[in-house]
Amino acid sequence: MELLYSMGHYFMLAASSNPQEGEPWFFEPFFAYLVRRWDRILVMTLEHFELILVATAIAIAIGVTVGVIISYYEPIAYPVINVTQVLMTIPSIAMIAMLIPLFGIGFNNGVAALVLYMLLPLVRNTYTGIREIEPAVLESAKGMGMSELRVLTKIKLPLALPVIMAGIRVAVVLGVGIGAIAAYIGAGGLGSLIFNGIERVNYPMIWTGAIFISIIAIVLDLILGWGEKRLYRY
Amino acid sequence: MVIKLENLTKIFQPGDAPAVDNLTLEVDEGDTCVLVGPSGCGKTTTMKMVNRLIEPTDGKIYVENEDVSKKNPIQLRLNIGYVIQEIGLFPHMSIAENIATVPRELRWPKQKIQERVDELLSMVGLDPELFRNRRPSDLSGGQRQRIGVARALSADPPLMLMDEPFGALDPITRSYLQNEFLRIQEKIKKTIIFVTHDIDEAIKMGTKIAIMREGKLVQYATPDELLSAPADEFVVNLIGGNYSIKRLHLIRVEEILKEPFTVSPEDSLDEAKEVMEKSQLELVLAVNGEKHLEGLVTPSSLRKEGERVGDVMDTPDLTVDSGATLNDALSVMLTNGEGYALVVGDENRLQGVVTLNAIMEALQDNEK
Repeated sequence: MELLYSMGHYFMLAASSNPQEGEPWFFEPFFAYLVRRWDRILVMTLEHFELILVATAIAIAIGVTVGVIISYYEPIAYPVINVTQVLMTIPSIAMIAMLIPLFGIGFNNGVAALVLYMLLPLVRNTYTGIREIEPAVLESAKGMGMSELRVLTKIKLPLALPVIMAGIRVAVVLGVGIGAIAAYIGAGGLGSLIFNGIERVNYPMIWTGAIFISIIAIVLDLILGWGEKRLYRY
Repeated sequence: MVIKLENLTKIFQPGDAPAVDNLTLEVDEGDTCVLVGPSGCGKTTTMKMVNRLIEPTDGKIYVENEDVSKKNPIQLRLNIGYVIQEIGLFPHMSIAENIATVPRELRWPKQKIQERVDELLSMVGLDPELFRNRRPSDLSGGQRQRIGVARALSADPPLMLMDEPFGALDPITRSYLQNEFLRIQEKIKKTIIFVTHDIDEAIKMGTKIAIMREGKLVQYATPDELLSAPADEFVVNLIGGNYSIKRLHLIRVEEILKEPFTVSPEDSLDEAKEVMEKSQLELVLAVNGEKHLEGLVTPSSLRKEGERVGDVMDTPDLTVDSGATLNDALSVMLTNGEGYALVVGDENRLQGVVTLNAIMEALQDNEK
């Protein structure tokens, strides 16, 4: 409904600035904008990728570590997963606002917010991936004389990897969307196009931001999905 | 490798009945000690205390006169082969990598590991070329269990722990793998602690049998002693009836083999007839120069048209391998309604013939 309304509004706007009948309202202004500002769009796309990459790297480091730790301390597993679940229910704009006292505004705040959102799929999938390994596999590994560290690195993590990869995929796609909101506090990225576009009632700008964010999400999802399938070789 | 268990006790939860209760047991070098009893009798717990997967509440275990509780558990386990019913192959590794687990932990050089893997694959009857690079999920249950045994043998440990290793297999595969393992064990002479709930398997595999009940040792004896002098009612019930039939598990076909009468597929039918008259069996076997079994000649095949033995002989299907027990041979005879079974060794090489009469004679001798 809202979309229809904004499209109608856009059409009216386009009509008022270009009073001629049959004037194109979407493709031509949109492509004209792409051609005119491609350098800026490219920079913002790269910024967006940077935000996602940095946040994903940190979130994997923290999330997998936490997932591994709670797989050894069963009683704290569900409390920890619940905490990450609560983090995920906080509205993104509220999360970013709450992090300002800690990280100020800008890129770091954006990364911190994304990391907190990405924790749930990573922690939960690492934990589940390890717990779902057939007990006989772990028993035989231990019984043959592998140390706990060797069992973790040679058996548990490789076997949990497909499940962890599925978590990374969810986290990344989630991050691409929430990353757009982070532009509100100056973290950069394609979200800036949307916020600036709304302020200036510049529809080609909004479309560019929205479409590019969607494309990034879809492309990353496809790539990671392909990678995930490659891991299921056994 | 002598193993001594001294007053071994395990209590899992304070207040609970002990899972293993003051157990004292000695396993001699080269023995296969089978722990057998109903589920919950503490046999697996006992076995797992030997490689310290479970720590005893009380008592001591000595492996080669060394107290295992004073040894580093990792070092201890690397020197003890371990096979479990579910096998627990690593699904993300190739067969070769699976078998190489312990040598890799011991940091053997690559070349030595590769040679050892191929040697073990051949030993358990799988072609290294074909199986080296496969994944566990590509294999059948019987093949997986062979890999499990090969993996446990990889660093040539003097002691093996086996927890119902053949329990999850169908009866035919199970008996086949049991025979094969007995044949391997004859060559490698490991000290083995073997857990099972199947008394037939215990009688077949064990040189010593330890019967357990509610954590206590009821009887510790050779299979023969066990069958002739069960300690109490519990042991009698565990063995069940049919003592003579159980004895069939104790004797191997090798012990009662008869030299077969053989001809070559190139021989003429008249020659075959001559040989058949000499044998009282009405059975002549066709073998080639290297004693590979080629075919079977019976009076009915001699009545067929043809010039040479090769033209008229039948395919031999009543075969058992040389590690088989009398029980296996008898089962083949009963299934096919014939009074004989052919014993073949490696590469289908004919070793002899077992007849129904020979089985009966062997049992009578054994009873005395």
